[in-house]
Amino acid sequence: MVSIKELSKEEYLLKGHIACAGCGPAISLRLLFKALGNKVILVVPACCSSVIPGPYPFTSFAVPVQNMLFEATGATASGVVAALRQRDIKDVTVVGWAGDGGTFDIGIQALSGAAERETDFIYICYDNEAYGNTGVQRSGATPYGAWTTTTPTGKKERKKDIAFIMAAHRIPYIATACPSYPIDFIEKIRKAKEIKGTKFIHILAPCPTGWRYDTSKTVEMGRLAVRTGVWTLFEIEHGKFKLNPPSSRLIDRAKRKPVKEYLTLQGRFRKLTEVDIEKTQKWVDEDWERYRKLASNQ
Amino acid sequence: MSSSAKTRKEKPITTLSSPTVGVDKTGFWRTFRPEVDGSKCTRCTLCWIYCPDGAITREEDDSPKIDYDYCKGCGICANECPVKAITMVREGE
Repeated sequence: MVSIKELSKEEYLLKGHIACAGCGPAISLRLLFKALGNKVILVVPACCSSVIPGPYPFTSFAVPVQNMLFEATGATASGVVAALRQRDIKDVTVVGWAGDGGTFDIGIQALSGAAERETDFIYICYDNEAYGNTGVQRSGATPYGAWTTTTPTGKKERKKDIAFIMAAHRIPYIATACPSYPIDFIEKIRKAKEIKGTKFIHILAPCPTGWRYDTSKTVEMGRLAVRTGVWTLFEIEHGKFKLNPPSSRLIDRAKRKPVKEYLTLQGRFRKLTEVDIEKTQKWVDEDWERYRKLASNQ
Repeated sequence: MSSSAKTRKEKPITTLSSPTVGVDKTGFWRTFRPEVDGSKCTRCTLCWIYCPDGAITREEDDSPKIDYDYCKGCGICANECPVKAITMVREGE
């Protein structure tokens, strides 16, 4: 098991980047580089991470980054992997680093294609549950009832279950993570690096700007999402489903905090009624029933 | 490509950007300043791993050092410190 003190002091997301104060995706990026070092090529579509490094001709990324069109992360990563193979470079990991809009909505066809071609790369979706860098618009990842600028009275539909959409592609490794649990996060990325084929990692990256909470609460918000069961830490390795701690200890409903604690701390859920909160709680419990069955079948 | 170029005009015409520390002096964004009480700090390094800006560096003995040129004052370090060794102080006080 990794310990925080063993991690490299080297930074590849340089100081002075222009992410919002308290940015969850920025913590995730730092953790990604702590896990993989600088032997990595990032493919970044339009998303917050194409803004975070700052304006041309400077960048805060100290690793090679290919900025790409919104829909083309999977296709571009396939191209980079093919180029590396042609030049016989074996020690470089290709990482597709896309937001939830670029994964759930716009980039899903290129991602699906790359997974079907069994491209050897890690696709990481950092999910802040809205189109963040254009000013918080609704995406396929926005949860039920959340305010965005395009759903001023709260979204009326549920969030897609992207991890299981990817599981249907029968790829060798799928995991969920959260920067509030850095050891779990880093271990999953390192594990994904060792596996051959397409790997998909889904990260919940809390966003103070879009979720409307105080900037100091980013890590706390991620932790609360896991403890209430809204976000679940699991991995599906070669079809085998496994819950990871601390989610693995939360199968019993009594051990999970009520989702109300998580929802009421965020300004984007301010318009939720008691009925809506009960509905969300019911959906979370249904998801957990599914996870329990999956975990006990293994 | 010259990495010593500091302005747009000095750069050769290319689509590449060069890695630079301090694309923006983000310390100006700050309203509250984190201050570390060295006597309370247990050197757990949690503030270092959770800092979104990489503005906290680990010293030789793992104690945190905050770079105020780039700290945006988000307050995650103060919120996450298990022994409350970091306090947020309003700038100018």
